[in-house]
Amino acid sequence: MAEPEFEYELTRGFLPGHRACAGCGQAAAVRIAMEVVGPRCIVANATGCLEVFSTPHPESAWGVPWIHSLFENTPAVASGIEAALRNQGKLGDIRVLGFGGDGATLDIGFGALSGMFERGHDVLYICWDNEAYMNTGVQRSGSTPFAAATTTSPAGTRSFGENRPKKNLPAIAAAHDIPYVATASMSYFADLRRKVKKALDVRGPRYLQVHVPCPPGWGYEEHLSMEVGRLAVECGLYPLVEWENGQITRVRKIKKIPVEDYLKTQRRFRHLFRSDAGREQIKKIQELADESIRKYGLVDE
Amino acid sequence: MRKMIEGSRAVAEAVGLCRPGVISAYPITPQTHIVEELSQMVADGDINAEYVRVESEHSAASVCLGAVAAGSRAYSATTSQGLMLMAEVLYNIAGMRLPMVITGVNRSLSAPLSIWNDQQDTLALRDSGWLQLYAENNQEVLDMHIQAYRISEDDRVLLPVMVCMDGFILTHTYEVVDVPTQEQVDAFLPPYNPLYKLDPDDPYTLGAYAGPELYQEIRYEIQRDALAAKAVVKEVAAEFQAAFGRWSGDVLDPYRCEDAETIIVAMGSVAGTAKDWADARREAGDRIGILRLRCYRPFPREELREALTGARRVIVLEKAVSVGGYGIVTAEVRAALYGQPKTPPVSGAVCGLGGRDITFDTLDEMVRRAEGGETDFFAGLRTELLEAQ
Repeated sequence: MAEPEFEYELTRGFLPGHRACAGCGQAAAVRIAMEVVGPRCIVANATGCLEVFSTPHPESAWGVPWIHSLFENTPAVASGIEAALRNQGKLGDIRVLGFGGDGATLDIGFGALSGMFERGHDVLYICWDNEAYMNTGVQRSGSTPFAAATTTSPAGTRSFGENRPKKNLPAIAAAHDIPYVATASMSYFADLRRKVKKALDVRGPRYLQVHVPCPPGWGYEEHLSMEVGRLAVECGLYPLVEWENGQITRVRKIKKIPVEDYLKTQRRFRHLFRSDAGREQIKKIQELADESIRKYGLVDE
Repeated sequence: MRKMIEGSRAVAEAVGLCRPGVISAYPITPQTHIVEELSQMVADGDINAEYVRVESEHSAASVCLGAVAAGSRAYSATTSQGLMLMAEVLYNIAGMRLPMVITGVNRSLSAPLSIWNDQQDTLALRDSGWLQLYAENNQEVLDMHIQAYRISEDDRVLLPVMVCMDGFILTHTYEVVDVPTQEQVDAFLPPYNPLYKLDPDDPYTLGAYAGPELYQEIRYEIQRDALAAKAVVKEVAAEFQAAFGRWSGDVLDPYRCEDAETIIVAMGSVAGTAKDWADARREAGDRIGILRLRCYRPFPREELREALTGARRVIVLEKAVSVGGYGIVTAEVRAALYGQPKTPPVSGAVCGLGGRDITFDTLDEMVRRAEGGETDFFAGLRTELLEAQ
């Protein structure tokens, strides 16, 4: 193995050789983000898939300083790192990042995240949103979409899966009037790169929520992650939106495909296609998408 | 410089002299005066620290964790429910071998809600990997904080230290305290310079997970180093005496124990009352001694054995109880004496819960009942309030 190549890899924050599943949307998105972030950063990472598949001691996939503490405290750990760097006069070119899955971010770490926003820490927090507790075996989180079946919101004779729509954390983050909030998708590389770069260009608390398809959790073939992620955005269920200082400043326009085109690609929605009552749920999902399209102006009139 | 100050102020001045880079805390009675004083010191520029005003104790401990990992000295203070909320993070800090100091203000746990003193809260964290020191008075509170950073940051230890002080009894009491100068403390406590930290110029992965092939050895090392920290506690006490000219340290504080027939083992401020009481009882001819447990973690097993051998009776004064079991310290004192020749009987007297005063009468009752053969009991109980069985 040629040494220069190894050195080149080390300049990337996130290195190959980790243990993510084939087709993992999160691993791909993290790699893209870390290429933009570069080596001058410190990453605080919540418990979850990313933590587990990247750091089985004594191995590590991280070429940048990285810390994992607990599940729900990553925003606070990142706040402490930022405060320490500020006190040492080293905050200048070092970027502090907080990473967590949707469970860590929307559910158990929600209070800590709000605290980090409200105190104004210079931290870029990225939620890798795969819409359930994947690390523990696909249990329902606050980010699980309406009618998705998980192991704790299963479909059954009296259930169509998750009975509530996703928590809209980006809007809640934006309500903190922080400098920058955006949603992105692993399936839109250029858009994701641009948003990470934009987030790095401002200081203060910033929030990115990146949709990362999960082959085992959602139930589709590993080579389809890009396609599934794209369909989520194009049907309007995962709007790509940017907020600056609490105001929406940019949205990604979509072609507007029927939600059915997205739902039918995944096992977690399979039960909806098996009965008339299930099809009624699909109509409700279409209404959710239509509402999102209207609210964010995703389709040009 | 000798000053007449509140215990909380003594803590704040000691912490300030230790030059923390990051302070993070959440307000809870009776810890509040400590963090108010530190906030003012930061606001006035008296100390160059970041004060991070968090939304919970869980986050306070987590902010400190991140700060220490990034190479800053960190401090927090809490009590009771706050300590319980922090508990998960406290285990994590110890497991990650991040040195720092927390003031564990001693207060009872809910329910029923009570803001008053006992030691149930910090004792609930005895297994966390934090070293625990218990102070008797406010001079010791101040001295202990300065020593705590030295102990914690020692390369042989690298474990966090909790300085435990009785809520209200110490935190809200004014006493004359000798406050050292910044130069003295700087000479005693060098800047925090960790072996490993989060640094883009020298990247490390901290907090990786360990499988069954590695976990046990990592936990073994924590236990090994915590036990070995006993020598460091003693060493630092000696160095403190050399630097500041007063003896304030070690793992045990014996009072009139040499010829004592009955020895009361106690932790914290109640030892002061107990010492006065021992003096009075000795005037009446009773050979009573007080053995104050100053360092509870690591547990000074050998020293306790030596100090208690020769006594005819040992009574452990417990300001907490392991519900469904026994007094927490009592069980450990008994275990320390187990299998020794000429083991004295050990009684455990639970008292002073939720701020109930421990008086000479309480102490007399403890001795009377222990002499009557009772082994585990509540002293100072208002039996007239109890429901009929």
